[in-house]
Amino acid sequence: MTLIKHELKQGGLSLMIWTVSIAFLLVVCILLYPEMKSDMNDVSDLFASMGSFTEAFGMDQVSFGTLEGFYAVECGNILGLGGAFFAAFCAAAMLSKEEKEHTAEFLLTHPVSRAKIITDKLIALMLQIIILNAVNLAVSLVSIAWIGEDIMWKELLLLHLAYFLLQVELAGICFGISAFLRKGSLGIGLGIATVLYFLNLIANISDQAEFLNYITPFGYAEGTDIVTNASLDGRLVALGMVYGLLGIAAAYWQYCGKDIR
Amino acid sequence: MNTVRNNPAGGPAGSSAGDAIRTKNLTRSYGKARGIIDLNLCVKEGEFFGFIGPNGAGKSTTIRTLLGLIRPDSGSGEIFGKDIVKEKKAILKEVGYLPSEAVFYQGMRVREILKLSADLRKKDCSQRARQLCERLQLDVSRKVEELSFGNRKKVGIVCALQHDPRLLVLDEPTSGLDPLMQREFFNILKERNREGVTIFLSSHILSEIQQNCTRTAIVREGQITACDSVEALMKTSAKRVVVHGGIRTEMIPGIRDLQQMDHGWSFLYTGDMNELIRVLSQCHITDLSVSEPDLEEIFMHYYQDGGEAR
Repeated sequence: MTLIKHELKQGGLSLMIWTVSIAFLLVVCILLYPEMKSDMNDVSDLFASMGSFTEAFGMDQVSFGTLEGFYAVECGNILGLGGAFFAAFCAAAMLSKEEKEHTAEFLLTHPVSRAKIITDKLIALMLQIIILNAVNLAVSLVSIAWIGEDIMWKELLLLHLAYFLLQVELAGICFGISAFLRKGSLGIGLGIATVLYFLNLIANISDQAEFLNYITPFGYAEGTDIVTNASLDGRLVALGMVYGLLGIAAAYWQYCGKDIR
Repeated sequence: MNTVRNNPAGGPAGSSAGDAIRTKNLTRSYGKARGIIDLNLCVKEGEFFGFIGPNGAGKSTTIRTLLGLIRPDSGSGEIFGKDIVKEKKAILKEVGYLPSEAVFYQGMRVREILKLSADLRKKDCSQRARQLCERLQLDVSRKVEELSFGNRKKVGIVCALQHDPRLLVLDEPTSGLDPLMQREFFNILKERNREGVTIFLSSHILSEIQQNCTRTAIVREGQITACDSVEALMKTSAKRVVVHGGIRTEMIPGIRDLQQMDHGWSFLYTGDMNELIRVLSQCHITDLSVSEPDLEEIFMHYYQDGGEAR
């Protein structure tokens, strides 16, 4: 409990900045919707005819003129990418920061087992992701109610669930990598999130590259697919969770016997 | 002198009752770089034990291995009879450790650090902490990153002492502390030692070891070259003599490391002082100094002798 509280306090400011930034962008986007809706028929045609750019963002599948379609593309990118960055960056630093900032010697000479340290840090990490997502969901709901639109509960909750799962998977993978690092976690975390994001864009453009969706969590967090099908791809989600668990297992395996210099 | 190179720690082999620290052929290297090799160390409970050696001799490696921060390549170690690899958590409960460079979490106040350390030990140490902070004149409301090196050290000292450990492991504890604080710090250590706490003091400052420790191990290039009471070690060590003027060095028995200088000689003398004075009184000398050899020379002494009697 001590360590979880300590981690949350240490990460508090960063969590607040990320949460507020993402929430702010979400609000701005949602508040723009009523204005755009009137011009949307033209815009929709435009967006639907941009070739592979359209495909990359899945804009051929949904209508930009509906709130679901608009939300899936615009807010999906904000929350999907923003949340992924936060999860990756936070997780990649979780274990490595103790060595980078030379606090490992302090922490690890207290009578706390390495496994307990990993568990507590993992709980703190997941709590931060839950907080970020809960706040953003609440902000979204309030904003949609504010502009007087009906809340499309099923689609909205499915979208947010998908982004949450995406962050959990990324966090698990980056947490595992964190156990191997001694410094420089920031670039690696953000790099992984970015690469996986682009893998999804590539998978959307080319049929031959579709297998990439089995690698990247953005594959099952594709807003337009979720809204069109009104469901998540269970197979991809399950596979993603396996990747996340493998990352966490790697963290325990590596960190429990790691030499702290 | 009762030091034997391969088993310098002495003590009856096998029995570990009453031992605070005991290692057997403890070895750890960093890739190609040497760490410690076949280190045999024995510290009895209640001792004020000095661990001295030049930088890079393996002092910190030994400590970090004992505390489970790094794993030994081979050999074994026990603290209070508990295995350093398998029973790390139980060991750390009874140990207070002061690292040579105490670093704490950015943005936290001293008070919060002390509380965190106590909470991680699931112990209420607030009273002890208050006493220690008072004696060391440590302001607990300051943020740790604003503290000077010496004041950060004090935070480390309180963290190491506040939970009343049975064994104190101190890695170069006085660097950064002013002389008054050093004295107060050693007063605290001596009080604790009288209460039965074992103290393991690693240092490269000879006087610190000389004044405080009852027994000392000298470590050099990853191995213990001598281990004995401080008096015995110092007795066997030589004096550095510098003589200006015309002397005939061959008249003096027991000199070593003879170097000719511009107008005289410099050498290490391990023989009888009266004999030296008698010989020198017969020569025409313009200047004479007799001083404690510096630490490196003592190491050289043990290194060259391989621990045999002088």
